[in-house]
Amino acid sequence: MSTPTDTTTAPPKEEKAPQASAIVSALASTERPQRPGPLSTSLTFGWRALLKIKHVPEQLFDVTAFPIIMTLMFTVLFGGALAGSTEDYVQFFLPGIMVQSLIMITMYTGHTLRTDIEKGVFDRFRSLPIWRPSALVGMLLGDTVRFTIAAIVTAVVGLFLGWRPGGGFAGVTLGVLLILVFAFSLGWIWTFLSLLLRSANSIMGVSMMIITPITFGSNIFVDPSTMPGWLQAWVEVNPVSHLVTSVRDLMGGTPVGSSLPLALLWSAGLVAVFGTLTMWKYRDPR
Amino acid sequence: MTELAIETHGLVKVFGKERAVDGVDLAIERGGIHGFLGPNGAGKTTCIRMLATLLRPDAGTATVLGHDVIHAADEVRSLVSLTGQFASVDGDLTGRENLRLIGKLFGYSGPQALKRADELLGAFGLDDAADRQVKKYSGGMRRRIDIAASIVVTPELLFLDEPTTGLDPRSRNEVWDIIRAMVGSGTTVMLTTQYLDEADQLADRISVIDRGKIIAEGTSSELKASVGSGSLHVRVMHRADRPAAKAILERELGVEVVEMVDPQGLTAAVEASGPVTRALTALEGASVELAQFALGQPTLDEVFLALTGHPAEESTDEEVAA
Repeated sequence: MSTPTDTTTAPPKEEKAPQASAIVSALASTERPQRPGPLSTSLTFGWRALLKIKHVPEQLFDVTAFPIIMTLMFTVLFGGALAGSTEDYVQFFLPGIMVQSLIMITMYTGHTLRTDIEKGVFDRFRSLPIWRPSALVGMLLGDTVRFTIAAIVTAVVGLFLGWRPGGGFAGVTLGVLLILVFAFSLGWIWTFLSLLLRSANSIMGVSMMIITPITFGSNIFVDPSTMPGWLQAWVEVNPVSHLVTSVRDLMGGTPVGSSLPLALLWSAGLVAVFGTLTMWKYRDPR
Repeated sequence: MTELAIETHGLVKVFGKERAVDGVDLAIERGGIHGFLGPNGAGKTTCIRMLATLLRPDAGTATVLGHDVIHAADEVRSLVSLTGQFASVDGDLTGRENLRLIGKLFGYSGPQALKRADELLGAFGLDDAADRQVKKYSGGMRRRIDIAASIVVTPELLFLDEPTTGLDPRSRNEVWDIIRAMVGSGTTVMLTTQYLDEADQLADRISVIDRGKIIAEGTSSELKASVGSGSLHVRVMHRADRPAAKAILERELGVEVVEMVDPQGLTAAVEASGPVTRALTALEGASVELAQFALGQPTLDEVFLALTGHPAEESTDEEVAA
């Protein structure tokens, strides 16, 4: 209908005044739509996240540049030393670095939520008669789209470096899906932190303290058999190790072991614990 | 139908050591505009946030439209709407997208939400800006989209938290017109403000809050009357006439007449308008020319000073500086 104008250079036009009679007639329609269900409101919030990506495409920078840098850097840096050649290392390393990149990107969820809270738009959402977690679930669903982009970017870089997954397209897809489930579950830690801590910077700081030991202290980079005993013990219980092992099996086309149910169990546990804590804090944030 | 719009008993909210809201009792009837007047940091926003179910009270009870804000929070949320002190719309999205988002969250279908969004954008004079990101709106437009978002589904009770803070006079008048229009259609409005003239202009009844406590309640006229009678201000045309004018006024009014800093000004507290008329006639009879005269109730500024012992403005500045 209206033609879009260049708002950055054009001087602001004379603003239109509100119409009292039109406001009264808008208020007069007291029709109340049927209250929507939890899935519907969560998807609406997911739609909001996608609209934000449309308007602020810069937020896709982290999900594209970051995986490229991580994958290239570690494969080329460690490949020769650890596995003899870059090509050999990438077969082992790619599922792991995909997990690492996606887990690091989940941190931005907390940052985004904190910004929302500070801007006041969350007050509006919290004052709506909807299923309360839907704003957060929708946000995490929107993030899943960003995670998927990061996974695709990582896979493409891997293919260029000579990665040839034995599981084929189906195996890789299943592996990515598993990472998405885990990333969604992990997101609840960050939502809880962002309701608990008062500044976006402190959230990033605490997130790094959690992410560093669970990603580097895992089987992402090297086989844990060369590690000292205490570190092996940590790697054994680290949920990220179970996730990486299952993703390797799925993508490599090798039979999956007990790691898969353990990774899923951890995901469910994270949602149960941090989802509950988040919603408890959501009642009364700040 | 007979239940009150808002009823609270001993409402308390504590932040750390500070009792932000310290035992507030309110009984606000349905319909019209109820003003919640106080300086910054008096507890207005905290009170509103508890009533809108955004904060849990630490003590006391509150019912909104007959529903308890703690135990029936969902019912309250479906009947009230809140426009916060800061724009509670998403600055990254366009005006239309914001309204569609709220519409869909209320359960409108996609096309219904779009239709409602366009209707509201037109009513609020925002159709030209519909496809611009809200963060590029002017302050007045942002306020309007914010209020529009609050009435996507017509609320029975609307909380407006300092709706005109930071607006230029024209935008402020537009927001006032919007508020008056909404009340005309039967919505109850609870309005917080730190501007005395805003409460005077809009509110049917006013609760004055200071340091977490309600210190006075009533209509604007009642509040003014409770402080004292009205006052007469007279400004003579020629300075030399002032002593004569003072003598005539004192004789006719029978009260003390005070000489103002202004060398032509005189002021006196008066009980009724009858003697004033006679006094002015007497001045004319004595050929004392007047530059201006005014008879009025005390301003809300004077009311606030009398009620709290400190002027509203001073406390506002302290709060801003803190």
